[in-house]
Amino acid sequence: MTKISFPQMGDYHIPATYLLSHIFPNDKIINAPKITNKTIELGTKYSPEFVCTPFKYTLGTMIECLEKGADTLIQMGGGCRYGYYAELQEKILKDLGYNCKIINLVTKGQTNIRRINKLFKQINHKYSKIKTIYYSFITLKMVKYMDIIDDYIRQNIGFEQKEGSFEKLKEEMLNEFKYIKGYRNLYKTYKKYLKKFYNLKTYKPDKRLKIGIIGELYTIMEPFSNYYLEKSLAKHHIEIKRFTNVHYLLFEKAKEYKKYQKYAKEYFKYPLGADASDNIARCKFLCENDYDGIIHIKSSFCTPEIGAMPIINKIANTYQKPVLFFSFDSATSKTGIETRLEAFYDMLEMRKEK
Amino acid sequence: MKDCYLGVDIGSISTKGVIIDDENNIIASSYIWTEGNPVNSVKKLLEILKEKLDKNYQIKGIGTTGSARKLIGLMLKANIVKNEITAHAIGTLTFYPNIRTILEIGGQDSKIILIKNGIITNYAMNTLCAAGTGSFLSSQAKRLGINVEEFGDYALKSKNPVKIAARCTVFAESDLVHKAQVGYPKEDIIAGLCKSIVLNYLNNVGKGKKITPPIIFQGGVSKNKGVVKYFKEILKEDIIVDENSHLMGAIGIAVLAKKNKNGNTYSLEMKNLKFQTKAFECNHCSNNCELLKIYRNNELVDSWGSKCGKY
Repeated sequence: MTKISFPQMGDYHIPATYLLSHIFPNDKIINAPKITNKTIELGTKYSPEFVCTPFKYTLGTMIECLEKGADTLIQMGGGCRYGYYAELQEKILKDLGYNCKIINLVTKGQTNIRRINKLFKQINHKYSKIKTIYYSFITLKMVKYMDIIDDYIRQNIGFEQKEGSFEKLKEEMLNEFKYIKGYRNLYKTYKKYLKKFYNLKTYKPDKRLKIGIIGELYTIMEPFSNYYLEKSLAKHHIEIKRFTNVHYLLFEKAKEYKKYQKYAKEYFKYPLGADASDNIARCKFLCENDYDGIIHIKSSFCTPEIGAMPIINKIANTYQKPVLFFSFDSATSKTGIETRLEAFYDMLEMRKEK
Repeated sequence: MKDCYLGVDIGSISTKGVIIDDENNIIASSYIWTEGNPVNSVKKLLEILKEKLDKNYQIKGIGTTGSARKLIGLMLKANIVKNEITAHAIGTLTFYPNIRTILEIGGQDSKIILIKNGIITNYAMNTLCAAGTGSFLSSQAKRLGINVEEFGDYALKSKNPVKIAARCTVFAESDLVHKAQVGYPKEDIIAGLCKSIVLNYLNNVGKGKKITPPIIFQGGVSKNKGVVKYFKEILKEDIIVDENSHLMGAIGIAVLAKKNKNGNTYSLEMKNLKFQTKAFECNHCSNNCELLKIYRNNELVDSWGSKCGKY
């Protein structure tokens, strides 16, 4: 029996666990513990100092999973430094004396069915291909529905009448998603909760502040790593627009990229790696539409985003929109973030009043 | 009885208090060192202000700003607690409505605020390093055996400031030591230090920001004539330094307290107030949050630092 585990990000461990537990019903799926200070401490201790922060978070969770008894870890790789996470992490874990196997499903953001088949066989050679296709379909739909609902929450959570009503309902929904039986069941549950979310009472004033969040994908999607930025924005009654989610990365990115390139052609010509070029185009979009401000977040040492920052600054200067830059690290002080955020709200409110 | 409003700015190095009347005139002000104990220094500050204040005035609003704003806000039951960026901008705009750029160098942080038509359009704060802040200057002054207050005069004497590698405080210090051991005169080293503060500020905080005149320079470091001189030289613009430049944050928060007055009357009597904080670590989960419980006259008023909301 293999004990499979994977690093986590946001709420996406729910669809991932769902998928793996159905593909490998005879193996054990070990859920990574929630990210805490201990995770990042472990990650920082064993990572190269100047690697991007998501590496530290994922390495930290991997160690915690191994401590919980996992022996096979699943990792992927994207189009920036994320591309060599799996190999480097495997080496670090081996050096630490853990006997584990790392399954790298995606390299440089690309993969194919034959490769996944080969790797899945390594986990359990008796896995069913038909089941895999079926449950992958359900899981991808689940991710899509989660992202749609998250988008709705982001737009409305700042204006909820009863404090905590959105979060509570979301937790309820995710709990039900864990035990979905088949696609029809999933679709019905999704529709049911969508209705429930629409029925939650909100009060949206016309003169509300709207902020767009752009930046590096892991830091955006894992709330612990951005010090619960979205939560603190919601507390100040701000509508939030965020573009990056897993559904976007999996299905829309390739298509959108061409659109983005055309849309912001005066600002970039060649891809800047990872999400950097997308963020430039998004910045232009936010400036041209009625958003009051932009927050750009990244982990420290994220090279593509560092390349995008001066261009974003330039766009913001042309359109006279304020941008707040955050660089999150394992050693970021919470007070510093609070002061800057507070000043940002004050500034946006003053601008709105005038 | 006339109304007045108190603004307190508790910074890392100094604590500033200002009392203004309805026309924004300063009727009492004080500037003392924080010495790592904001609660005590504020108590001391209030004693000084109480003596300076005319008996005809009653305090109708209290505002706090600076890095200890939340704590002191609880202690004084302030009606407004705001960050120092907003406070500085509001304070400056009350006296200089046409200002476009505010340069501010304080004890542990430095900021730049860009203003257009009386509203903040952009701002930045130093992110990582203390090179280019007041605490670096004061620690170097101590090392050289000079009072920080005299620093500027020394710098003005120099005709040939030394070049200092000022990317980082630690390297800057070793470079300073080296320059001193090689035999450069003290004035030149001090002038070089002042210049390095300016360069660091412009390269770090002011990066990518368009500095448009009129420019005002504030914060404790603005009292240093050397730094002002090099700002003028490097920016090639005139720099305004108000005589109350070190109090601008406190003035701003007092103005905000006036705007947000709620009819309550406050007293400056804090001598007998028992204000305590207790720190402990929660071991409930592996977050190991550092918690701080705050007691006002032995009554728990707030606790901070919890990630899960248990406290």
